Amino acid sequence: MNHDSYTDAYIRGILDEVKTIAMVGASANTVRPSYFVLKYLLAKGYDVIPINPGQAGKEILGQTVYASLADVPKPIDMVDIFRGSEAAGAIVDEALKLDPKPKVVWMQLTIRNDEAAARAEAEGVKVVMNRCPKIEYGRLSGEIGWTGVNSRVLSSKRPALKAGFQHRGLPGVNPRAGTKG
Amino acid sequence: MTDRIPGFSTLAIHAGAQPDPSTGARVTPIYQTTAFVFDDVDHAASLFGLQAFGNIYTRITNPTTAALEERVAALEGGTAALAVASGHAAQLLVFHAMLRPGDNIVAGNKLYGGSINQMNHSFKSFGWEVKWTEATDPQSFADKIDENTRAIFIESLANPGGVVTDIEAIAAIARDRGIPLVVDNTLASPYLCRPIEHGADIVVHSLTKFMGGHGNSMGGVIVDGGTFDWSASGNYPMLSEPRPEYSGMVLHETFGNFAFAIACRVLGLRDLGPAISPMNSFLILTGIETLPLRMQRHSDSARKVAEFLSGHDKVEWVSYAGLKGDPYHSLQQKYMPKGGGAVLTFGVKGGYDAGVALVSNVELHSHLANIGDTRSLIIHPASTTHRQLTDEQKTAAGAGPDVVRLSVGLEDVEDIIADLEQALSAV
Repeated sequence: MNHDSYTDAYIRGILDEVKTIAMVGASANTVRPSYFVLKYLLAKGYDVIPINPGQAGKEILGQTVYASLADVPKPIDMVDIFRGSEAAGAIVDEALKLDPKPKVVWMQLTIRNDEAAARAEAEGVKVVMNRCPKIEYGRLSGEIGWTGVNSRVLSSKRPALKAGFQHRGLPGVNPRAGTKG
Repeated sequence: MTDRIPGFSTLAIHAGAQPDPSTGARVTPIYQTTAFVFDDVDHAASLFGLQAFGNIYTRITNPTTAALEERVAALEGGTAALAVASGHAAQLLVFHAMLRPGDNIVAGNKLYGGSINQMNHSFKSFGWEVKWTEATDPQSFADKIDENTRAIFIESLANPGGVVTDIEAIAAIARDRGIPLVVDNTLASPYLCRPIEHGADIVVHSLTKFMGGHGNSMGGVIVDGGTFDWSASGNYPMLSEPRPEYSGMVLHETFGNFAFAIACRVLGLRDLGPAISPMNSFLILTGIETLPLRMQRHSDSARKVAEFLSGHDKVEWVSYAGLKGDPYHSLQQKYMPKGGGAVLTFGVKGGYDAGVALVSNVELHSHLANIGDTRSLIIHPASTTHRQLTDEQKTAAGAGPDVVRLSVGLEDVEDIIADLEQALSAV
């Protein structure tokens, strides 16, 4: 498929479908983008597993860190890659060796590896590149509009609320019903 | 909606304004509150650390203002926007995020007088220099740029004078030199011209004028085009370096193509403080819903008024880019083909005294210092806004003794013309 742009329906479908996300390159440093995204996705009810060899065995935001995807002791729905475009190729290959295979491989903003994407798609795995799931969730839920960001979403429907004062969700996307966020 | 790309008028009504999530209110409510409660301390920490989207304090974000910001970002084709107290405040925050003491702005000389004052005098206190250049000559921008230049500033449609700036030519120079192009789009509004589509990186507005459109609310906005690489040169440390205010966070790396709007918000607006009132945001939001209708009518009527004045024996000259034969007509056809906007200037025969007589004689036009109202407005700069200047300075500023400026309103154009006719006949 064309990875220059994605339809909202494609992104929404992915955020609706996945529950367990392995984040490769998750940082324990609280001002790094990967830490932000980990924290946000946890707050939205996703089960997020940090992957970082340097932090293996420790916890980030209460989640046990694993050294590699192969070490994770449960099925992974989506692999979210916070590494450079070149390194992403080997991570995608690692992901494709998992049993069961993940449903989605997601590469963060500025990360794009078309060869790796083609290998994943050949095995029926959906791919998103050069996007951030936090920004996409915030965009599609309308939360990102609170910071003046152009969500490019128009709707005459009331946004979906989640528990808490200022938490929106995606209609139909509720990985863990009732959790805060 | 589906993935169909909505048109401008649809965006003007819907962008940023889903029904209220708590009450279902269809019109964006006025969140007239200074502060917002947190769920718990962790939620508060996430908000203060910029890790979650949400509201803390109306100086930084407010849901009514946020709807306005998203709407303007959508209309300009930007990635994000930040609304502030006035157009001047918008310019202050833009340059605060770009310049350090000793840096300079290369600015076209055809600007709103208030902007010229701001740059010549107030910005000097911050150690920011302005290097003036001939707005109608793109090459003169390239000639003025030096190693300390951090921004290029122009107006798309200059006030007054009816000069249409060649945005693409200047944007090409800016891109070549790795400097962001900032465009004040107040007079044109995004209905007539979208500078980001022509290569601008940042757009600013006085929302007080055509965006609000009804002469009732002050406001300004900064639109981030999402196009500039703030990390490439190392010259924009507010975006490319770890920020001590946020425990070492790097804003460009963290917020990507809307990092400039975030920098203006969390460094500029947070610490300098020129926040817009939620009430004003609401009034301007309401105004924007009719922007396409109003700007078309303003432009159509202004062209008719310009044609009437051109044929009047007491009028020496008319400057309006929407007029056939005007020196800027071809640039207007390129950058703002739907119309030349509401503002025009003309020279009344008889000089200073004739100008004073004209603004005294009008009955429908309001004699005041503003533009972009539903009402038709008139001013004689030489006796008012530019009174303190010498005659030579007045002429250089486009405010010679004979100059009269109109902001053509939305009344019946026959009535506007009749008022000018009776006022001119008594001059």
